[in-house]
Formats: sequence, structure tokens, C-alpha cells
Amino acid sequence: MKSTSPRFKENARAALANETLQSALDKMESGFVVNRAAAAARLPEFEALRDQGREIKNHTLAHLDFYLEAFETKVREAGGTVHWAATAEDARRIILDICRSVDARTATKGKSMITEEIGLNAYLEANDIQPVETDLGEYIIQLRNETPSHIIAPAIHVRKNEVAETFHKAHDHLDPDRSLEEPRALLDEARAELRQKYIDADVGITGANFLIAETGSSVIVTNEGNGDLTQTLPKIHIAVASLEKVVPTFEDATVLLRLLARSATGQEFSSYTTFSTGPRRPEDPDGPEQYHVVLLDNGRSGMLGTALQEALRCIRCGACMNHCPVYGSIGGHAYGWVYPGPIGSVLTPTFIGVEEGRHLPNASTFCGRCESVCPMRIPLPKLMRHFREQAFEQKLSPATERMGLGLWAFFARRPALYRWATGLAIGLLGAFGRRRGRFRSLPFAHGWTQYRDLPAPRGKSFQQQWTARRGRRERER
Amino acid sequence: MSGRDAILSRVRTSLGRHALDGDRRAEAQARLDGHPRGIVPARADRDRPGQIDLFVEMAEGVAATVDRVASPDDVPGAVGDFLAQRNLGTDIRMAPDERLNDIDWSRRPILSITKGASQGDDEVSVTAAYAGIAETGTLLLHSGPASPTTLNFLPDNHIVVLRASQIVGAYEDAWDRLRAAGALPRTVNMITGPSRTGDIEQTIMLGAHGPRRLHIVLVEDE
Repeated sequence: MKSTSPRFKENARAALANETLQSALDKMESGFVVNRAAAAARLPEFEALRDQGREIKNHTLAHLDFYLEAFETKVREAGGTVHWAATAEDARRIILDICRSVDARTATKGKSMITEEIGLNAYLEANDIQPVETDLGEYIIQLRNETPSHIIAPAIHVRKNEVAETFHKAHDHLDPDRSLEEPRALLDEARAELRQKYIDADVGITGANFLIAETGSSVIVTNEGNGDLTQTLPKIHIAVASLEKVVPTFEDATVLLRLLARSATGQEFSSYTTFSTGPRRPEDPDGPEQYHVVLLDNGRSGMLGTALQEALRCIRCGACMNHCPVYGSIGGHAYGWVYPGPIGSVLTPTFIGVEEGRHLPNASTFCGRCESVCPMRIPLPKLMRHFREQAFEQKLSPATERMGLGLWAFFARRPALYRWATGLAIGLLGAFGRRRGRFRSLPFAHGWTQYRDLPAPRGKSFQQQWTARRGRRERER
Repeated sequence: MSGRDAILSRVRTSLGRHALDGDRRAEAQARLDGHPRGIVPARADRDRPGQIDLFVEMAEGVAATVDRVASPDDVPGAVGDFLAQRNLGTDIRMAPDERLNDIDWSRRPILSITKGASQGDDEVSVTAAYAGIAETGTLLLHSGPASPTTLNFLPDNHIVVLRASQIVGAYEDAWDRLRAAGALPRTVNMITGPSRTGDIEQTIMLGAHGPRRLHIVLVEDE
């Protein structure tokens, strides 16, 4: 997927001015956020499970080669095949070859961010295979020729009247005067349209929430049931997953499953959690005849052993974006690549480079809400800071920004000068702002005062007050 | 070098070591073989009646319906009543499962039963559960000659016959039962309530692509 991340600022400005998008985003706080908090509060062990989840992922990543080989062995024993894809291009080619082996014309798809990452749909289409997204949100955006704006709620930016418009246009064999006002009518129409497509598809492609080394299983977690129809009905099931999805055992997956739905939607458990192991057995009445797992690296092996290894713990629940004030204001598309929100601000510069993705780590107030809800306790602000530093060191940030930081550093390294300068500045601002109590504009601070007033400082600087107070406290003793 | 070897070698280079050997390998292998349990929530630490009640409460909390009956003889009546109350006709597609075959379906002669996998044109399926998990009111079913996976997803109404003795407290208890039963089936389904979606304006609606209704007939056999 081509990124628009270098145009992040323009994207964000447009998103802020987009009223439809803003009204769609308004619902996030009352939905995801409230529900997650309630679900976490209902489970007294939730915080301890987060610690354990982090340990399980850390252990697995430290032994990743071992568990991947163990996984492969078990898949083979169960009659399936593991394909190793170093790059997105390798993965696309492997999947196409499998589809061609049965002269596939259509492939149904369960919701999968990894297939977005490798740009699978466009590639299959270019090779005369029609991909059919079956998750309702993914189906909607596929018809609208858009990309997901959220990793678990891909059509969160679309209002229901827009869905109705899209369906009227796409389903032109249906009565043009039918009513699609109610969400129920939209859902029923999509359900009916997709039914035959599941049955007709030659290949079903899903992602995987987890891979289990102990048994060679791939695990998908869904609410709609579309992923299950996708991996059960066609002749071939292909599960596409990145390396870090592997966990050692069912028990390890269980710890993470207890965290996943609660963090994502606030559900106790998603409707469907399914473990697939190999193809159908000879005596089975249904299920796919072939089972393939495509293991994608695409830069992840290079994250191991670096600060970015922590980002590989991500279980893609979406909690960080649900709780992010920046995501909540601009939505997912503004980020410009596959993964939006705080985790996207770490993954995007990792995968497409600091130069392309350098704005995203700046799209954060470092309020820390993402880290505080991340079930895997990924230190997202720290990782964003890592990229801010890189952008600075590589001189990618604008000269004025670097000059400003350089100036600040000059003073910060000279405490006496710093104290003198801040004391002077506060005194001056205090004197000039005494009458109104605030500044409506200031030289060099237009970016700040454009949107709000700067309160005029009163009295002395923090350091001056601190010194004075400590003195007082010591006198009191 | 193949993709496989290249990836594994990059993983090892990044981790700053060669392939695991000796004690470290043995340790990881022992963890894999021993599959130690993590933290198991205390929620399901109850006596048997308490666990069964918890299962029912949690299942109903996710919009499944539960009918508690005293014996397998009551199952045909419970299934028939469910269909009648919702005007669902009398046709059911049933899993060719021994536990279902053993039930005397002639007690509700109006039911018209066919057996086997679903092709997508069945309104109602009846399957037998492998386990119920009290922790979240989750059903566990798995594929096999007696239990086609399509029956769990294609029909609009999914009726599951579960015996109280099959209810366990936590997911891990169900894994123990599965392991004891031998080779892992192709598909293990954990089902918690009917199919649902929130993809249109975050409004939760039941019956997305899977069943609109999930009905559990719980046979109190303890």
C-alpha cells in the first residue's frame, strides 16, 4: 500500500474539517472506552493478566526461531504447509500461486490487517482473481474503494446513510426503491449478498490472531462468523500471519485471549474463537482440503534485539487508538498507511522508513493513555520518542524545529543561565500580561495562540518557587 | 538460501545468538510439552451447581437463550417449543452425533430431521457440544465425522445440546479434556453467544454472518 504519511499534516487538517468523519468519531468514547473500562473492572485478575501476557510475548520473542520451527513441524504433521515470506512481495506471490493451483476465480477473505500490509487485494485483482471481503466493515470499504481506518472497526469512519448509498450503487440488481434506512436492513442485505459468495469461493483467506507452536494451529477471533465461513467452505484455507503471532501453547494463547476482547470491544469474549489445525480429516464431512500458513517477516526480524522489539508484543486489539485523543480527532486515514493510532505511529516509520513516516511519532501529546490501556504494556510514547530522536539526528525535521531544540539545549545545559533566562522571561511576561491575565498572540508562538490564549505567568518561576518553599520547609523543621 | 532459512537466520542474528541448543533448547521444549497454566481467574472457582449457574448467567449475558431440562427425554420437547415459539417451522438439520442419536426424537413426532453437514439452506441446526465453559458462558464444539462445522455457522438458528456434566470452570479445563481425547480435530470452535457486528456506527446487531439465534438446551444430568 502506498503511504500518504508524508502528507500527515494536510491529512489531519482535512480530517478535522470533515463533519461526517467528526460525527462518526464522536461515538468512540462512549462505546469502546467505557466498555473496556467496565470489562477490565469485572475481572479482578485483569492487571495481573497484562503482566503475564507481556511475559509470554517477551519469552516467545526471545525464542522466536525455536517456536516458529516447532509450529512448522506441527502444521506439517497435521497435513498442512507453511510458507515463509521474507517480504510482502514474496507473500503475495505465494498466495497467488496457491490460488492458481486450483484455477481460483474468487477468494473470500476474513478480516486481516496483514493482507492490507502486503496489498493483497489489488495484487489478486491485477491477476484476475476477485477478492471478496466478508467482514461487514471490510465489505463496506471494499465497495467504497477505501482502506480500513481502524484495525478492528475498519468502517468506523462511515455513516449509515453513506453505507446505504454504497449498497444502492453496488447492489444494482436489487429493487432501487428498497429502504436502507435502518442498520438492520443494511446488515441483512450484506448477509444475503455474501452468502453465495462464501459457497462459490475457491479459496478462503484469513489472518490469524495467534499461531500455536504446540499444535500448529492458527487462531482467529471474530464476532460475525464470517471468518469461520471463509476458512470452512472453500477447498483451500490460507492463513496469513506475521512471525510474532506465534505463542507456545494453548494455555499461553488463553492468557492473551482473556485480554484481547476485553481490551478491544469490552466484551468478555468474542462470539467466535476458532482454532484451525491442518486440513479436514479424511472422515470429516466438511472443511477445506488444503491448509496453508503464510508466515510473513517483512522487516520484523530486524526489530528483534532493538528498542522496537517491544512493539512486536502487539495483539492488534485497537485499545491504543480507541483511547488516543489524536486518533479520536482525526480518525485513521490521516495517518496515511496501514496501521493508524499510536501503534501505527510506531509501526509506520519502522516499516516504511523514518523519512516517510516521521510526522506520525509527532502526532502525540504523550499523554500516555495508550500505554496505560495497552494489554501488552507496550511503551508506546517511549517508542514514538525513539523515532523523534531519529528524525532529529537524521536532520529530517525542519530547520526551525531543530534550531529551537538546539537553543533550548544550550540553555538547559547551563543551569545558572537557564534559571536567569526563565526568571527574566516570566517576569517580563507577567509584567506585560498583568492587565488582561492572558495573551491572545505572542511573537514566535502563533501555533499556540492561534487556537487558545496563553495565560500570563503570575509570580515566580517553578524553580524560584521550589527554592523558596524548600527554604521555608527547612525553617519550619 | 530459501525464505525459511533467511528468515530464521535473520531472527537469530537480531537476537545475537545461534539456534537454541543444550539447556536453553531443553527448557523451551519442556515449556512446550508441559504447557503450564497462566493466571486462571477465580470467577469460576465455585461448587458444581455454582459453575453451572455461572455458565447460564454468562451465556444469557451475551444474548444466548438457555433452556434447562431434567433429562435427555425432554430435549425433543425443548427443541420443538423453541421452533414453535419463533415460528421456525419443523425442519432441523442435525449433527450425526451419537449423543443426539440416542435421544428419542419420536417424542416430538412433528420434527422433521435430516442429518449431515449444511449446504447453506437450513433454517435450524441441532448439534451436540463438547464442553461448556462457565467463565464466559462459552460453548466448545469441534469438527469430526459426527459434528460438521458448517452446522455451527450456516443456519440462522443454532441449537446446541449441552449436558451439565460437560460444563467446566475455565478454558484450561476444556484444553485438558481435549488433550486427553487424543489428536486435535481440524476445527475447534469456541462459541459465545450468537453472531454479531458493530460495524455500522458501532451499533451492536445480532446475526451478522453466522446464526441470529443461539439456543442452548442444558440437560441437568448431575
